[in-house]
Amino acid sequence: MQITTLTDLEAVKARGLAQLYPEKPKILVGMATCGMAAGAQRVLETLQKRAQQLHWDGAVEKTGCIGFCYEEPLVDLIIPGQPRLTYARVDQEFAAEMMTAVAAGTVPEENFLARLDVDDMILDGGPRRFYEGALSGFVAQAPRYEDLDFFKLQRHLAMRNCGFIDPDNLEHYIARGGYFALHRALTSMTPEEVIEAVTVGGLRGRGGGGFPTGVKWASCRKAKGWPKYVLCNADEGDPGAYMDRSLIEGDPHAILEGMLIGAYAIGSTEGYIYVRAEYPLAVKTLQRAILTAREAGLLGQNIFGAGFSFDIKLNLGGGAFVCGESTALMASIEGRPGEPRAKYVRSVEKGLWNLPSNLNNVETWANVPLIIAKGADWYREIGTEGSKGTKIFSLVGQVKNVGLVEVPMGVTIKDMVNLIGGGVPEAREFKAIQIGGPSGGCIPRELWDLPIDFDSLWDAGAMMGSGGMIVMDNSTCMVDVAKFFLDFLIDESCGKCIPCRLGLKRMRDILEEFSSGKGSLADLEELQSLSEAVQDGALCGLGSSGPNPVLTTLRYFRDEYEAHILGRRCPAGVCKDLITYAINQELCNGCMACVRECPQGAITGEKKQPHQLDATLCIKCGACFEVCKFGAVEVS
Amino acid sequence: MVTFTINGKEVQGQKDWTILDVARWEGIPIPTLCHHPAVEPYGACRLCVVEVDEGRRTRIVISCMYPVKEGIKVRTDTPRVQNVRRWIMQLLLDESPASSYLKELAKSFDVKPSRFQKAGVSFACHLCGLCVRACQEVVGIQALTFSNRGLKKEIASPLQMGSKDCISCGNCLYVCPSLGMEQLYARMRA
Ligand SMILES: Cc1cc2nc3c(=O)[nH]c(=O)nc-3n(C[C@H](O)[C@H](O)[C@H](O)COP(=O)(O)O)c2cc1C
Ligand code: FES
Repeated sequence: MQITTLTDLEAVKARGLAQLYPEKPKILVGMATCGMAAGAQRVLETLQKRAQQLHWDGAVEKTGCIGFCYEEPLVDLIIPGQPRLTYARVDQEFAAEMMTAVAAGTVPEENFLARLDVDDMILDGGPRRFYEGALSGFVAQAPRYEDLDFFKLQRHLAMRNCGFIDPDNLEHYIARGGYFALHRALTSMTPEEVIEAVTVGGLRGRGGGGFPTGVKWASCRKAKGWPKYVLCNADEGDPGAYMDRSLIEGDPHAILEGMLIGAYAIGSTEGYIYVRAEYPLAVKTLQRAILTAREAGLLGQNIFGAGFSFDIKLNLGGGAFVCGESTALMASIEGRPGEPRAKYVRSVEKGLWNLPSNLNNVETWANVPLIIAKGADWYREIGTEGSKGTKIFSLVGQVKNVGLVEVPMGVTIKDMVNLIGGGVPEAREFKAIQIGGPSGGCIPRELWDLPIDFDSLWDAGAMMGSGGMIVMDNSTCMVDVAKFFLDFLIDESCGKCIPCRLGLKRMRDILEEFSSGKGSLADLEELQSLSEAVQDGALCGLGSSGPNPVLTTLRYFRDEYEAHILGRRCPAGVCKDLITYAINQELCNGCMACVRECPQGAITGEKKQPHQLDATLCIKCGACFEVCKFGAVEVS
Repeated sequence: MVTFTINGKEVQGQKDWTILDVARWEGIPIPTLCHHPAVEPYGACRLCVVEVDEGRRTRIVISCMYPVKEGIKVRTDTPRVQNVRRWIMQLLLDESPASSYLKELAKSFDVKPSRFQKAGVSFACHLCGLCVRACQEVVGIQALTFSNRGLKKEIASPLQMGSKDCISCGNCLYVCPSLGMEQLYARMRA
C-alpha cells in the first residue's frame, strides 16, 4: 500500500501497534546473526511446531539483537497486561517446555534473564508501560533490565528498535515512530534547517573519524555537480566488530530513513549502500527493506507528495578491510579495484564518478531520524561536551559479559570493563583495553577513569574507530598484541603505497626480534621513527593509523618492551622464545594429564609420581599448562 | 595565477598545477619515483612528500598530487619530510636490492642496506606501477595490470594468462626505471 500522507502514516502506525502490543500473547526470537549462530533457527521452529500441536492462540515472530550476545539465543515473552519477559540461552528442549507452560497460562521460571516494565518508544512521544497495577508471583520478584549491570548504563538510541520489531515488517517500524521524522523534514523543514539540526545536535561520524556530520552535509550541499550521491558505509571490516551488522539486521528502515533525510538535506536523488558480501543476512534484510519501502512509496518518486525523489541501490563489497576507506569504497562501487587515492580534493566535491558524494556510516545514519524527531536540543543533552549522543561498542575479550553495548558518550573505561563487562576473570587483573579496531590503541589501567568519547580517546593515542573494544588482562603480552594487529593490517594493506606495504612489515620484523630476545634499545628508537614515517607518509587511514597499536603500547607499556629487550623475558609468559615450562615437583600429583596432552612426548612419568619435562623436546605450546588442574606447570 | 612560497621563496603556478610542477619549474629539487610526465600522478611511492603549512595546520602531503593553493607555505626539507623519505628509501632498498636505480637513488640519501635486506632476489621491480599506467593511459590498452594486494602485490597480465592485447610497443620497457620490465616482458605476452 502507498503511504503518501500523514493520515496514511498514522493508519499504518495503528496497525503496527496492534501487532506490537497484541491482545494475544506473542513470543519473539532474536534472529540476528549472533542469535542464529547460537541456534535461534531451531528454537523458532520448535516454538512454532509446539504452538501448532497445542493449538496455542498467539504469535511466534522473529526480531533483531538487543546486544546481550553471550546469552543468545534470547527469547521474549509478551503477554498482554504483563511485563515483557526475556529468557536466555534457550535451547530446543527449553523452547518446547516454554511453549507448554505458556499454553497452559503460566510462565517458566528457568533460564530467566530480566523483565522489561516500560518500553521507551523514544521516537513516539513517550514511554509506554507493558502493564498497569501490581505484579504478583515470580514475575514480581524477577530482576528488571535496569537491575542488570550489563544494562544499567546503557541507552539504546541507535538500537531503539533492535529486539522490538520484526526487521522485515515496515508496519512495526512505523508503529514505533518510524518515517515520521522523514515526513516532518520533507513537509515542514527546509534542507538548510535539517542540516542546522544535525549540526547543532552535534552528531559526529560513527565510522571512525568523528567528523561533524552536519558540516559534511553542508559542504556537499554547496558543492557543484549533479547528480549528488548519498552513500552508506556498511563495509565493517574490523575484526570482532559487528554493530553495523546488528543495526541492519535489527532495524534496516532506520538506515533508509536516515539516508532519505540526508539526501533531502543535501539535494541528492541517488544513494548506495555498500555492504560486505560476507553479511548475507544483512544483505537480504536490506534488500527486503528497500523493496518494501519502494512499494510503499517511501523510496522513489515524489515521496510524501513533497516533490522529493530518492532511491537506493545496494552494492556488495568483496570484504577487503581497506574498501571501508571512503575513496577505496567509491572506487569499488565504480567497479575499479578498491584502492584509496589521495584526498586533496574532498569527496563531498568530487567523489563517486567525480561527482559530489556524501558518505556516512550505518550508525551515523541510524541516528539521523532521532535528531529530526526529537530535536537538536534533546540530542545535545546526551553525551559529553564534544561528543554527543550514544555509541555502540562491541565489547569482547577477557570480560564476563561480551556483546553489543550502546552507552552515552563519556562512560568511563572502568565502568565499561567492571560494570557492563562484569570484570575480568577471577584471579586475573585488568591490564589494558584496546579501542578502535586494528588501528586503534591500547589504553592502560592508569587511565581507566578516562571517559570514552572521540577527543579523550584521540588524546590518549587511541581512537573511537568503529567501536571495537577488546579487554585484556595480565595474561596478555603487549608486544604480542602489537604484532597481532600489525599482522592484520599487513594482510589487509592494498599495497599501493610504500610506507604501508613495506613500513608495517618492517615494524613487524622489529617486534619479532624483540619477542625472540634479539632486540636492543636502539631498535626502540628506530621503531619510533619508523612509526612516525608511516603515519606521515602513508596514503590512507589504514597506513597512517597503522602504527597506533605499536605507539600506544610503547607509550604505556615501555617497561614491558624493555623487559623483552634487556631482560630477555616476557613478563606475561607469552613470547615462546623467552619462556620455559617446568613441572613443580611438589605440586605435581602424577595425574598423567599433561603426559597425555603433550604433542611432543616431552613429558614423562608414572602415575602418582611427579612427572618430568624434557626442555630440549618442549615446543612451548602451553598444552600442559592449560590441562594441569593443580597449578603444577610453571611458566618462567 | 596562484602565489605561495616554497622554502621561503615566493613562487607562482597555474591553478591546476601541483606543488611538484611548480618546484620543477623553479628548479627546486624534490625526489620522485612513481611520477612521470607522461602519465597521471599516482601517489604510491610517497618519496615526493613535502610539509605544507595551510594556516590552520601543518601536514605532510605528496607534492606530485597536492594542488597549489594561494598563500600556503611549503617546505621541502624539514626533519619530518626527511624522516619519511629516508625510511622509504631504506625499505625499498632492502626489499628490492636488485634494482640498480634504487641503489643509485639510495646513495643520494646516504641510505645503506640494513640487516633486513632480502637475500637472493634478482628481480629488480619495485612496483612503482609506471609500466601499468603507461600501458593503460598512453597506449590505451590493458595488457598489464596489478594483481594481488599488500606484500603479494605484483605486476601481471590480466588473469595471469599472458596478454593477447599487447602490441609490443615497448612503452613499458621505456618507462621502467629498473630492469624489472625487461625481466618480466616475455611472461606478459600470450
Ligand atoms: C582502512 C579504513 C577502513 C575503514 N572502514 C570503515 C568501515 O568499515 N565502516 C565505516 O563506516 N567507516 C570506515 N572507515 C571510515 C571511512 O573512511 C569514512 O570516514 C566513514 O565511512 C565516514 O562516515 P562517518 O562520517 O559517518 O563516520 C574506514 C577508514 C579506513 C581508513
Ligand atoms: S612521486 Fe610517487 S608519490 Fe609523488
